[in-house]
Amino acid sequence: MLLEARGLGVHFATPRGLLRAVNGVSLEIEAGETLGLVGESGCGKSTLGRAIMRLVPIAEGELLLENQYITRLEGTALKQVRPKVQMVFQDPVSSLNPRRRVGSLVGQPLSVAGWSRRDIADRVAELLAQVSLPKDAMDRYPHEFSGGQRQRIGIARALALSPKLVICDEPVSALDVSVRAQVVNLLKDIQDRLGVGYLFISHDLSVVENVADRLMVMYLGRVVEQGRAADVLARPAHPYTHALLSAAPVANPALARSRQRVVLQGELPSPVNPPSGCTFRTRCPYAEARCAAEAPALRPVGDQHVACHFDFSEGFADATTGVSA
Amino acid sequence: MAGLDVRGLSVSLYTRGGVLPALSEVSLSVQPGRTLALVGESGCGKSMTALAIMRLLPEPPARIIAGQVMLGDTDLAALPERRMLGVRGKAVSMIFQDPMSSLNPVVPVGQQIMEVLRRHENLSGRAARTRAAELLTLVGIPDAEARLAEYPHRLSGGMCQRVMIAIAIACRPAVLVADEPTTALDVTVQAQILELLKRLQAETGMALLLITHDLGVVAEMADEVAVMYAGRVVEQGPVDAIFAAPLHPYTRGLLGATPSGGTAGRHTRLADIPGSVPSLAELPAGCAFAPRCPLAHAACTAQPPLTTLAPQHLAACFAALGVPAHAA
Amino acid sequence: MAVATPGLFRRFARNRAALLGLIILIAVIALALAAPTLYPRNPLRIVGPAELWPLQDPRFPLGTDSIGRNIAAIIAHGARATLLIGLFASLTATLIGVTIGSVAAWFGGWVDELLMRFTEMFQVVPGLVFVLTIVSILGGTVQNITIAVGVVSWTGIARLTRAEFLTLRDREFVQACRAMGMPDWRIVLAEVLPNALPPVIVLSSLAVASAILFESAVSFLGLGDPQVASWGRLVGEGRTLIRSSWYISAVPGVAIMLMVLALNLIGDGLNDALNPKLRNR
Repeated sequence: MLLEARGLGVHFATPRGLLRAVNGVSLEIEAGETLGLVGESGCGKSTLGRAIMRLVPIAEGELLLENQYITRLEGTALKQVRPKVQMVFQDPVSSLNPRRRVGSLVGQPLSVAGWSRRDIADRVAELLAQVSLPKDAMDRYPHEFSGGQRQRIGIARALALSPKLVICDEPVSALDVSVRAQVVNLLKDIQDRLGVGYLFISHDLSVVENVADRLMVMYLGRVVEQGRAADVLARPAHPYTHALLSAAPVANPALARSRQRVVLQGELPSPVNPPSGCTFRTRCPYAEARCAAEAPALRPVGDQHVACHFDFSEGFADATTGVSA
Repeated sequence: MAGLDVRGLSVSLYTRGGVLPALSEVSLSVQPGRTLALVGESGCGKSMTALAIMRLLPEPPARIIAGQVMLGDTDLAALPERRMLGVRGKAVSMIFQDPMSSLNPVVPVGQQIMEVLRRHENLSGRAARTRAAELLTLVGIPDAEARLAEYPHRLSGGMCQRVMIAIAIACRPAVLVADEPTTALDVTVQAQILELLKRLQAETGMALLLITHDLGVVAEMADEVAVMYAGRVVEQGPVDAIFAAPLHPYTRGLLGATPSGGTAGRHTRLADIPGSVPSLAELPAGCAFAPRCPLAHAACTAQPPLTTLAPQHLAACFAALGVPAHAA
Repeated sequence: MAVATPGLFRRFARNRAALLGLIILIAVIALALAAPTLYPRNPLRIVGPAELWPLQDPRFPLGTDSIGRNIAAIIAHGARATLLIGLFASLTATLIGVTIGSVAAWFGGWVDELLMRFTEMFQVVPGLVFVLTIVSILGGTVQNITIAVGVVSWTGIARLTRAEFLTLRDREFVQACRAMGMPDWRIVLAEVLPNALPPVIVLSSLAVASAILFESAVSFLGLGDPQVASWGRLVGEGRTLIRSSWYISAVPGVAIMLMVLALNLIGDGLNDALNPKLRNR
């Protein structure tokens, strides 16, 4: 197992109380596999990514990298593990120091790891070729590149130390549609070639659908559904997943007109003061009294794992709400 | 009710680096009760078009150098600013991408709605207040009366966008220009806002000019589509024709790069368009898409005209026109 | 310089007023450098008749003061003192301010709280009173005046540095550096600081101007270094004769004014040149 998280929790102290940004999340990622992590803003998906990077303090649970506990590593021990997990960031502008040349940016992890100047230069040239950037990019500044090219620079930097796992935090959200496909394809090619594992974080189901082997859906810090991507997308078994899929616009006018959409009502509750029981119940069209009393545990439903009291594996066709999948 | 008819609109940017053609001969038309989606990537000129229609271009550096923006019999492009004040927010309204920064953070939302009513409708005091509460109810904000006193930061992004919409439709505009209205919002909230825009359009019969980069939103919302690239409309037509039989290679590229729900899986490769959008300062001669185009040939060093190739379906591409390479 | 990017001078020179300021500054620096050659003898020496008006005697183009010292010589030598005090006081202020501001922002929490309260302590005491207190306790040597001015001028720089650091700290490139295991000190010095410096440099150039004014005020009040020719001191010494020979105060007064104006213009020009939002306009 490349990465394993057991009951991971990340808490932030806020003026209004304790915010459980990530709450009892368990996951597994194998080498060469992509786990898609989906949810809306505030669901804790980015915090989870940063917790795995050990960039935010972990309040509870355990984190294992290649079967080694890394939850509480500090100092030199942590520094030795860091190269194995790297990150590609969302914003191609703010993720690159504007005052450094591309060569220096991509070579930075190597220089931190103590490589010699000549080795760094060779490796940087190799990395730029890997992400299809011209060699002369090395001596230029990030602002001379387009968004897609800048994201390639970020990917090259993440790959510098040959990581085993790359956390991709919304890597294409800030990019134009035509460039988005280039970057997604590049990430897939790299995975095929190097066998890295990805945790692919996105709010956009259509992108995740194209990269993920397995899928995990989060809502207010908890996992509500997980399973093989194809299964979850084809037969969602949690009302929230179903609503997300239904809300995502489809680039097909005929289908868009014919299908019935579930438009979730209401707003995301405050994560500082989440609803009792099932946190989704305040927006769930199927909520009953039981949902307020008791938080559902993640349990096997159909082919996937779902945190819901009810079994929707047969679909959401429900006469009372007029909703069909 | 009048629709909006943009004819041959050209905008140039006067910068130190020279005069850049931000918009070249853009022609669009939206009828009452219809939705025209203006699609393109960043820098293609879609927001510039919206700002030019609203006469909100940053001047300098931008300036309208040719064309008309007809609202009924009035040419907005030629109106003096003083008269434009009476049009903006009344006959033509606009909503923006970032609802949080479009609202004044230190004024309660109720005041911001009433301001428009006072200015354009001469409503005052209690009447404005009642109407503002009605508008909030209309855009789906529960407990409207109490929400009038809220400050924008107390509302979520989706709620702020609803308030923006309430302000925009306060005077029952003939045309609503929506510039990426849901880009900053979560997908479930996006669905709510799109639903709301549809409902309001059905109730008021306003024309909607929807600017977006998201082909999914286009498919959900549009009746007609105009695709822009590097400041020009490269393809225009009914939504079904655009999706089913795109004529311009750029449109085809965009559609290929957009995962279309359910069909693509982990092991299919997305079609990508090589290269990136050229900057206005470095536009190639002739068709601006040619350097990225799989069908480019010798003729493409000239500017292809926007030509009707199917009923109501126009494209600006020599390959689509069937012009052979040796014609140039 | 870490902040230099191609075309920095061209962007600076676009602002005509800033260019004028730079020319004045270069002229004053040239005058200061040339002072020992132009007037090799002690400028505080009596060389001619008292209260000789400017342009009356070609040997004393700016006239003589109340006891017959050459005003031109005092101005030339005074430029050295003025520039040195201004520069070093500003450097002192920048060093203190950047250190305190960056430490406060980077560590946050109680460190931030403590350092910011400390900063406010300095802010509530009027600067001139503070300087005069330090100078009258330690004595009015050039070094003491420089340190005193530096010690009262750093608060603005600390607050600005802190604000810049706070926005930069959460940028993704800082997280990227953390993710690759870069030690904190290296992130602060090599990554964040160069990005935070441009606005700080602008403020530092303005601090030079205010340091010059502080020095002039101290010297005007007669608390300056008696061995050193200084513009402020000459203004102070001429004030008793302001009704008859007003030029004694006016000539160094104009010199101070021009210098401060030049530094402010340069500060504005740097602000335009270093502020990326104004680029390409």
